[in-house]
Amino acid sequence: MILDYETLKFIWWLLVGILLIGFAITDGMDMGVGNLLPFVGKTDEERRVVINTVGPHWDGNQVWLITAGGAIFAAWPAVYAAAFSGFYMAMMLVLFALFFRPVGFDYRSKIGDARWRNAWDWGLFTGGFVPALIFGVAFGNLLQGVPFYLDELLRPHYQGSLLGALLPLLNPFALLAGVISVAMLTAHGGTWLMMRADHAIAERARKAVVLVGAVAVAGFALAGVWVAFGIDGYRIVSMPPTDALPNPLGKTVVVEAGAWLDVYTNYPFAILAPVAGFAGLLGMIGLAWMGRGGLAFVSSAVGMTGIIMTAGASMFPFIMPSSIRPDSSLTAWDAPSSHLTLTVMFWAVAIFLPLVLTYTVWCYRRMWGRVTVAEIEQRAGSAY
Amino acid sequence: MFDETFIALSRWQFAATAMYHFLFVPLTLGLSWMLFIMESVYVMTGKVIYKDMTKFWGKLFGINFALGVTTGLTMEFQFGTNWAYYSHYVGDVFGAPLAIEGLMAFFLESTFIGLFFLGWEKLSKRQHLLVTFMTALGSNLSALWILVANGWMQNPVGAEFSAETMRMEMTSFAEVVLNPVAQVKFVHTVAAGYVTAAMFVLGISAYYMLKGRDMAFARRSFSVAAGFGLASVLSVIVLGDESGYELGDVQKVKLAAIEAEYHTEPAPAGFSIFALPDEEAMESRAAIKVPWMLGLIATRSVDEQVTGLTDLMDEHAVRIRHGIIAYEALEKLRAGDESGDTLASFEANKEHLGYGLLLKRYTEDITTATDAQVAQAARDSIPPVAPLFWTFRVMVGIGFLMLFMIAASFWYSMRRTIQHKRWLLKLMLWGIPLPWIACEVGWFVAEFGRQPWAIGEVLPTFLAASSLTTGELIFSLTGFITFYTFLLAIELFLMFRFGRMGPSSLGTGRYHFERDPGPLATPAE
Repeated sequence: MILDYETLKFIWWLLVGILLIGFAITDGMDMGVGNLLPFVGKTDEERRVVINTVGPHWDGNQVWLITAGGAIFAAWPAVYAAAFSGFYMAMMLVLFALFFRPVGFDYRSKIGDARWRNAWDWGLFTGGFVPALIFGVAFGNLLQGVPFYLDELLRPHYQGSLLGALLPLLNPFALLAGVISVAMLTAHGGTWLMMRADHAIAERARKAVVLVGAVAVAGFALAGVWVAFGIDGYRIVSMPPTDALPNPLGKTVVVEAGAWLDVYTNYPFAILAPVAGFAGLLGMIGLAWMGRGGLAFVSSAVGMTGIIMTAGASMFPFIMPSSIRPDSSLTAWDAPSSHLTLTVMFWAVAIFLPLVLTYTVWCYRRMWGRVTVAEIEQRAGSAY
Repeated sequence: MFDETFIALSRWQFAATAMYHFLFVPLTLGLSWMLFIMESVYVMTGKVIYKDMTKFWGKLFGINFALGVTTGLTMEFQFGTNWAYYSHYVGDVFGAPLAIEGLMAFFLESTFIGLFFLGWEKLSKRQHLLVTFMTALGSNLSALWILVANGWMQNPVGAEFSAETMRMEMTSFAEVVLNPVAQVKFVHTVAAGYVTAAMFVLGISAYYMLKGRDMAFARRSFSVAAGFGLASVLSVIVLGDESGYELGDVQKVKLAAIEAEYHTEPAPAGFSIFALPDEEAMESRAAIKVPWMLGLIATRSVDEQVTGLTDLMDEHAVRIRHGIIAYEALEKLRAGDESGDTLASFEANKEHLGYGLLLKRYTEDITTATDAQVAQAARDSIPPVAPLFWTFRVMVGIGFLMLFMIAASFWYSMRRTIQHKRWLLKLMLWGIPLPWIACEVGWFVAEFGRQPWAIGEVLPTFLAASSLTTGELIFSLTGFITFYTFLLAIELFLMFRFGRMGPSSLGTGRYHFERDPGPLATPAE
């Protein structure tokens, strides 16, 4: 094994981050487009234009989400177990909302009835809005700690069930995180429509990007202040060596105000993450203002990367802190798989991710070009 | 100590969502290759009818595929949501094929499928054919990796329990991938998917021939499906028999349960065509047996025995007692006692740890289990026999029935007299549901026959579930059933609508309803 265990643990923390960023840039774009669909498309043809800008790609894009789920299972089984079951009710809502997308895209235009099509449009909206909101809310809760603990068999247990588990997730800070998530994905989808949709739609999308982008910037700034002064962070006091066999119960953790800012003192360059978040979003707003859709898209991608990295870096090495028994928290050092599995999965990613990116780019290039109302009218039978 | 209702609901939810998912998977696996075959003919000969065939069957493929993706999302996440302890306990091994499935297969299939539907105008002929091929390859590769994962649940090779991390850890990736159970299951499953797609195209083409419309389109589709189907149905049967051999080797309990063989017979054992399994008395009554047959299938010999369930239970009782010792040693190790004796005792017995865990259903503290509890756990170590016995026979029976149907279709298709064989065309039309029934009962045999284990002889199912509440399970199960039923109804509505409309739905102006506009040929498409 070429890479030692400690290095691999860190690489996998980065790789999960990369998969989440890939998800935000690709599938997040589709979700943003879904959020804008009922508002920027005034007629049926215009809505079909909006849908067909992402029509050939949404399914491949969604695999970023599926692969992120699979990669967390393989690389951090303890996190996959504790987070997915701990957020059970929220996960179910995400799944139910996501159900509308594959069928929405494929079935919507197969029947001419206006009510049928309108219903699927709102289905596509739901499939974008609800997951975007809940993923943000989940991040907001990770930053505050989640009420779970591990027993001596390492089985995760949680506080609360049904609404008793769901409602506490919807606290003010988490809702703010949800708003940031919805706003940044919607703006990102808007920049895509600026590039790829017919001009009238692109113009409406441009206004949306400026407006929603401003919400995202304000939300991100407010969240930063809140993390610094309003919510407690987690800090490891003692733990086994970073290359030890993972034991999530082997460390001592304290809860302290401002602990989430430790990383910026210990590693000053980490400040680049929030800087990229602000610069990317502000750049996106400015470029959209000037009508430069392509550059606004790139800038938005930079901004989302910065925001996701800010959340990840502030918590490092924590992945899922426990609010009721902080020592049960899961970290990048004590939640990973074995050395062998991390190695195998590292090579799988190293081989397949570049391949995926290559043919994804090929597919986007083949389908490139502005989708127009005239084109949709001409291809009414075969387009989505 | 475990809430039986909660465990039952968890299992129902998994069974319901997995079986729903598998309503859509087999058609995708097979139809994608048939689309590739049809389109290849188009690219090689330039005959437009083959392009129309690719597009029309592709349309039905898309309607099916959308629900395959929808229900597949659930599958990727519900190990974590509902089987959290499973995810922790075996994620180190089981997660890897799942993640590789995403990276290697889902990306390939899903990135190209959009271009299959929407790229006809933007791609050259060869580029589009490449796209179709990549879609088919991707969907079949996904079957490979999910069956590597499932094969490992049946026969967990290449992994070892670690007392330090309290979970199974991978010791050899090659062993996990080359697991003989996984390999055999993969080919059996994809071949079953190919048969499903063949039966689907045969049945719908037969409908057009019965109606006497779009004959050229229907006959060509029928021949492609008959040829593809014949090769596939033969593979399914041969590889199903190979599965029987693998079972005899590594899943003796499942084999004995399928055969309702309660007591070990002298070799070579007979194969029961009919029997009435009596679960209480542990006897099968009124058995009609084909001499030697089971022995030949399961052991490929005439002198090796196929062990009966009562004898397996006795073996398991012994293993449960060793499991208690392993658990006792594990508790000491976890408490910090790393003396030579403890280590030696753990190493000597850890392969039986899973059997010890079966006792968790009856007592929190395994180490003080009573003889009665050991006996109960041993009784649990074999699955209920009658459901397995019968579903297996339904699967095999349908398999042979489809062999006959497809072979006859192939024969008359070759002789170009198929359009006159109305009895066969009707049989093919009404036979469309058969492969789905066979696939579903096949999975039932595979998964119900694995009980009581989530991971064979390693982790009992009841222990694998998340710490949720019954209320949460009722909420989610109701949600899944409501959504899936609603979506399935819409899917079937579209399938029937476009199936009835046929190639006229393409709007090329070349087909039946377009020449003679009927009520179904609305301009919606």
